[in-house]
Amino acid sequence: MKTDELIEALALDAGPSRAVSPRLMAAAALGALGAFGLVVLWLGFRPDLAEAPGTRMFWMKAAYTALLALGGFWSVERLSRPVGSSRRGLVLALSVFALLAAAGLWQFMAAQPVERMPILMGESWRRCPRNILVLGMPVLAATLLVVRGLAPTRLTLAGAAAGLFAGGVAATVYGLHCPENTMTFVAVWYSLGVAAVTATGALLGRWALRWR
Amino acid sequence: MSGVAADFEDRLKALMLRGQAGDAAAWRELLSALSRQLRGYFARRMDAGAAADVEDLVQETLMAIHRRRATYDPAQPFTAWAHAVARYKLIDFWRRSRIRKHVPIDDVADWLAEDGASAEEGAVRADLDRVLSVLPDRQRALVRDVKIEGLSLAEAGARMGVSEGAAKVALHRAMKVLTLGVRKP
Repeated sequence: MKTDELIEALALDAGPSRAVSPRLMAAAALGALGAFGLVVLWLGFRPDLAEAPGTRMFWMKAAYTALLALGGFWSVERLSRPVGSSRRGLVLALSVFALLAAAGLWQFMAAQPVERMPILMGESWRRCPRNILVLGMPVLAATLLVVRGLAPTRLTLAGAAAGLFAGGVAATVYGLHCPENTMTFVAVWYSLGVAAVTATGALLGRWALRWR
Repeated sequence: MSGVAADFEDRLKALMLRGQAGDAAAWRELLSALSRQLRGYFARRMDAGAAADVEDLVQETLMAIHRRRATYDPAQPFTAWAHAVARYKLIDFWRRSRIRKHVPIDDVADWLAEDGASAEEGAVRADLDRVLSVLPDRQRALVRDVKIEGLSLAEAGARMGVSEGAAKVALHRAMKVLTLGVRKP
């Protein structure tokens, strides 16, 4: 086809463009639904789900993981464009992590030596990062699919940002299952789970986000 | 950014915004302007005689710009966005054809300076780039400004922040290096 003919065809196909953010939000909603399905069918809700929303720690946990997701969202929203910088999202994610890590360290140090290991390890440290990684997969898949249709040019970085976003969303949903309620536990094991989803996104980015 | 480049940016950006809103006439005009720009951009970076590949790349890039037009953020310069899409397509092409080459990220200025050259002109420019590549950056810029863009020595010197005399000496040196380089078998 001649280039002039192509231009004619594309002009005929002209129409209002669909904004970037709603598309990413839709991916997150769909992925979160998948993660929620996994909690319902596979993990089950935490036994104290009825009372937990009355505790401060329940919301602290949710706020932490939701802020990580927001940082991921800001990053991936920028990195889905050819000239985007992920700095703002990265700064947010690292700041909330640093904040919670400091709080977790303080809680650990302030506890009696015999209480320290239970505070750090909880009941479920072996399962927590793995579960978040699994719950993150539907969210990551949906996000990568959307980002691929946008225009990322730094694929590994955009994949990592998609992973941070997906990990944050998945960890927030995971709070419906996981009854752990120390800051030390969340700072270590939740962060590790989110980091695992981020790393998966970075690894997949190079081929999953390639556009032709 | 020089005045010409700024005008170019403003004109294209206005078309892009109308195109994003669904204006078919603006979209056609923008794609036509970009196709000339892209042809020169790719031709200068490909071997002479790869005219078919150049045209393929132009078309692929136009399609990408069309399909991914939502990712242009009006808060950013349009030419930088379009250049980044073209650069991605070029690297993708090289990867597919297994040629590894480095595309400098800052050649956006070069892209702006290019006013829709033909493929032939592009090939000539590619040769010229090769010849000039032996020079250090400042001397190369000086040769371009004076010998190709036609600036006076005073203007070129002012652009680099040196006197007319210093520019004259530097240009003389650069031309001497080039002459030796070309004569060498």
